Amino acid sequence: MELDPILLSRIQFAFVVSFHAIFPVFTIGLAAYIALLEGLHFRTGNPAWEMLSKFWTKVFAVAFGMGVVSGIVMSFQFGTNWSNFSQASANFLGPVLSYEVVTAFFLEAAFLGVLLFGRDKVPKGTHLFAAIMVAVGTFISSFWILAANSWLHTPAGVELREGVFHVTDWAAAIFNPSFPYRFAHMALASFLTGGFVVAGVSAWFLLRGHAIEANRKALSMCLWLLLVLAPAQAVVGDFHGLNTLEHQPTKIAAMEGSWERHAGAPLLLFAIPDQAAQTNHFEIGIPGLASYILTHDFNGVIPGVSEVPRAEQPPVAIVFWSFRIMVGLGLLMIAFAVWGFVLRLRGRLYEPGRFHRLLPWMIAAPFIAVLAGWVTTESGRAPWLVYGLMSFSEGVTPSLSGWMALTTLIGYMLVYAVVYGSGAYYFYRVVTNGMEAPDHPEHGVGRPMRPLSGADVSWDDPSITAPATR
Amino acid sequence: MALIDTTMIWAVIIAFGVMMYVLMDGFDLGVGILYPFAPDEHSRDIMMNSVAPVWDGNETWLVLGGAGLLGAFPLVYSILLPALYLGVFLLLAGLIFRGVAFEFRFKARTSKHYWSIAFAGGSTLAAFAQGAVVGAYIQGFEVEGTAYAGGAFDWLTPFTIFTGIGLVIGYALLGSTWLIMKTEGGVQDWAYRVSLPLLAGLLGVFALVSIWTPLVDEFVRERWFGHLYLIWLLPAGALLCAWTLYRAVRRRDEGLPFVATMGIFVFTYLGLLASKWPYVIPPTFTLRDAASAPESQLFLLLGVLFVIPIVLAYTAWTYWVFRGKVRADAGYH
Ligand code: HDD
Ligand code: HEM
Ligand code: HEM
Repeated sequence: MELDPILLSRIQFAFVVSFHAIFPVFTIGLAAYIALLEGLHFRTGNPAWEMLSKFWTKVFAVAFGMGVVSGIVMSFQFGTNWSNFSQASANFLGPVLSYEVVTAFFLEAAFLGVLLFGRDKVPKGTHLFAAIMVAVGTFISSFWILAANSWLHTPAGVELREGVFHVTDWAAAIFNPSFPYRFAHMALASFLTGGFVVAGVSAWFLLRGHAIEANRKALSMCLWLLLVLAPAQAVVGDFHGLNTLEHQPTKIAAMEGSWERHAGAPLLLFAIPDQAAQTNHFEIGIPGLASYILTHDFNGVIPGVSEVPRAEQPPVAIVFWSFRIMVGLGLLMIAFAVWGFVLRLRGRLYEPGRFHRLLPWMIAAPFIAVLAGWVTTESGRAPWLVYGLMSFSEGVTPSLSGWMALTTLIGYMLVYAVVYGSGAYYFYRVVTNGMEAPDHPEHGVGRPMRPLSGADVSWDDPSITAPATR
Repeated sequence: MALIDTTMIWAVIIAFGVMMYVLMDGFDLGVGILYPFAPDEHSRDIMMNSVAPVWDGNETWLVLGGAGLLGAFPLVYSILLPALYLGVFLLLAGLIFRGVAFEFRFKARTSKHYWSIAFAGGSTLAAFAQGAVVGAYIQGFEVEGTAYAGGAFDWLTPFTIFTGIGLVIGYALLGSTWLIMKTEGGVQDWAYRVSLPLLAGLLGVFALVSIWTPLVDEFVRERWFGHLYLIWLLPAGALLCAWTLYRAVRRRDEGLPFVATMGIFVFTYLGLLASKWPYVIPPTFTLRDAASAPESQLFLLLGVLFVIPIVLAYTAWTYWVFRGKVRADAGYH
């Protein structure tokens, strides 16, 4: 079989970027949470806040370190596998990605050191400032990278001359039509991720009667946050969809599983899209609802995938199902937030029960939703690299052969398996080690700019086990 | 055309960024390369501690180099990376392993050994890949239109293997002189001992490359043996630094060896740039051919000129916070 460098490059990009993506969404939310905890501790002096902050900083250190190494890979992917695309879009992407480095990465790297190791070395105010700076840095970073990504979906402010994009209007290019929605949706996704992880771990600790006061505070705080954010995410997502309908109708059609343009489209709950036959099998849907959601009219007209030639259609089944996974998980998150609220109203929020046992499982939900969301967005863009202007085959590296792409794909898989397997295991150790783990005094040397070292839990010391159950 | 334009400024900024990366990540990669040869496990802890505070920030310069190239000289980015495809993968794999090994080794007890291997292996691999890149750059690239047209292994030749080994030696020297500055006692004695053989090795590589390159490359020959006499100041400067280094090590100076080694790198680097100037993709494209649109260069320039001094300031600040010797008792476990 002929190895296709385009397909392999797509798989490779999807693989490395997905690995990268799960860390930012978590660190962005967590950085803000840590800054908040530091602020609360600074104001009230309550040691419970400090204890929480110390614990989550350790977790943050692990996640941030993994995010950095996977990010370094990303910054070379464009050049190695998509060199024609890089060349064509460099006038826009180059400055935007460079701005990300100089405004965000250096900021994060510098203040991270103080946040992780400076607690006893700098005045309290400086430490708080460092925590805020790291959080701000992660946000600036997502601003630039999402501007870059949104531009690929809804290119604006540029002119294509001799195969190269020239920027004619920077503001229009950066704040392109889909950017505000994507930025808001992604920011909420980050907070939801941070919120569900903290809530899940707190519930787990509470079940074990570990560090009760601090974990109650954390759980309560997170549930308030989730109660607001989970529904907000659905609303923002809805607006995001309306915007997509305007700019990328074919993508919306794929998300809805709609092959023909028609009025009164049902909201499909289940279907097996069949690209070859250009139809769905086993449809189950709610009549008119898709039309209502997208046009606010039960008889509104919804575009169809087969309006564009076969070669320009996205893979409908992938887009259709990943979209349902994301929305389904979003609804599940709302359900959990409401459940927590009901328990709170009844005054039973802290009583260990089914809620506390299920909440730790929800830690996985935001991560899966985020990946599913990206798969929806990015596969829905296929076959375009820059929507409507440049296709995958125009953008791929001409000298790249199938076996080269396959070699590095397998290579990255092996490297990531070792590295992230170890990271996951270490993360598990940090959590099972509990909150009141003594600070190793010999760690006091203070070592900034070295993310993972903020976590000082032994990798494999058998004497450390899960905190005692009660 | 105006003498000073954004393309020139960008050339200087990128050259500066790459230089920063080579000097800063160079010494911590060097410490990794020397790692297996350290006298004992205790010294290894100290060696790691000495670079621990700074390596992550050091690598950000590499990211800046990549993104800056894309922004200012996209042609370089989009020809170099495909041409070095497999080499880039090795470089990244090396950097990943090194980055995480660094962290996990401190925490590991039973598996410490594996992370030590990953640290030393990753550092050496990354250094070798970078050296090979330099060699490939001297060799030049086969280009068709505006895209790389050569094969997957064009970058791997006897010459580039040689420059790869050369850079491993060079980084090791940066590492050993860094250790002279940052440590004391046994580790420092050991660093003094290895520095001179490493210097000898580096000078040997220099001599060979200096003979080899003009022989294979007419452009370089013309540049050096034409009418541009001032260019000889650069190797002269490098040799002067080498002599200073030799004297300083013999006198057991603590700070000077590292400074002198940095001097060797700076002069060699400038010499390399001068050999190819104004080509950025030898032998096809010059700086101007490779430049991005002026408005893009300008847009980025405004921000970078404003931000880089700040970045330099807080980088300097962290080095200052962690100034002084890494004490032997400051080890982790
Ligand atoms: C929404 C956020 C987001 C998204 C979509 C991406 N990143 Fe990212 N990236 C971050 C948010 C982030 C961050 C929060 O700033 C990270 C994560 C963990 C970290 O250390 O910083 C980071 C780290 C990070 C680093 C290491 C920085 C360092 O040395 O400190 C690089 C080079 C990249 N990223 C590059 C990319 C590229 C080329 C992407 C797209 C293809 C990408 N990132 C997607
Ligand atoms: C961080 C979260 C992201 C995730 C999880 C993600 C996921 C994906 C996936 C799954 C694909 C493959 C689609 C397909 O081939 O059908 C893809 C393609 C692509 N994405 Fe993203 N993406 C992310 C962010 C970005 C960003 C920020 C950019 C650019 C600035 C970007 C640029 C691209 C490009 C150029 C492709 C086309 C190459 C390819 O198909 O592999 N992505 N992405
Ligand atoms: C609950 C209802 C939700 C709706 C209606 C919704 C809607 C959407 C839509 C329409 C898109 C595709 C945008 C496009 O490219 O055209 C999208 C993408 C995405 N969604 Fe959701 N979403 C929901 C929940 C969630 C949740 C809970 C998460 C994660 C915690 C999430 C994370 C993402 C991500 C990461 C993307 C890709 C980036 C982007 O395009 O913004 N979504 N969402």
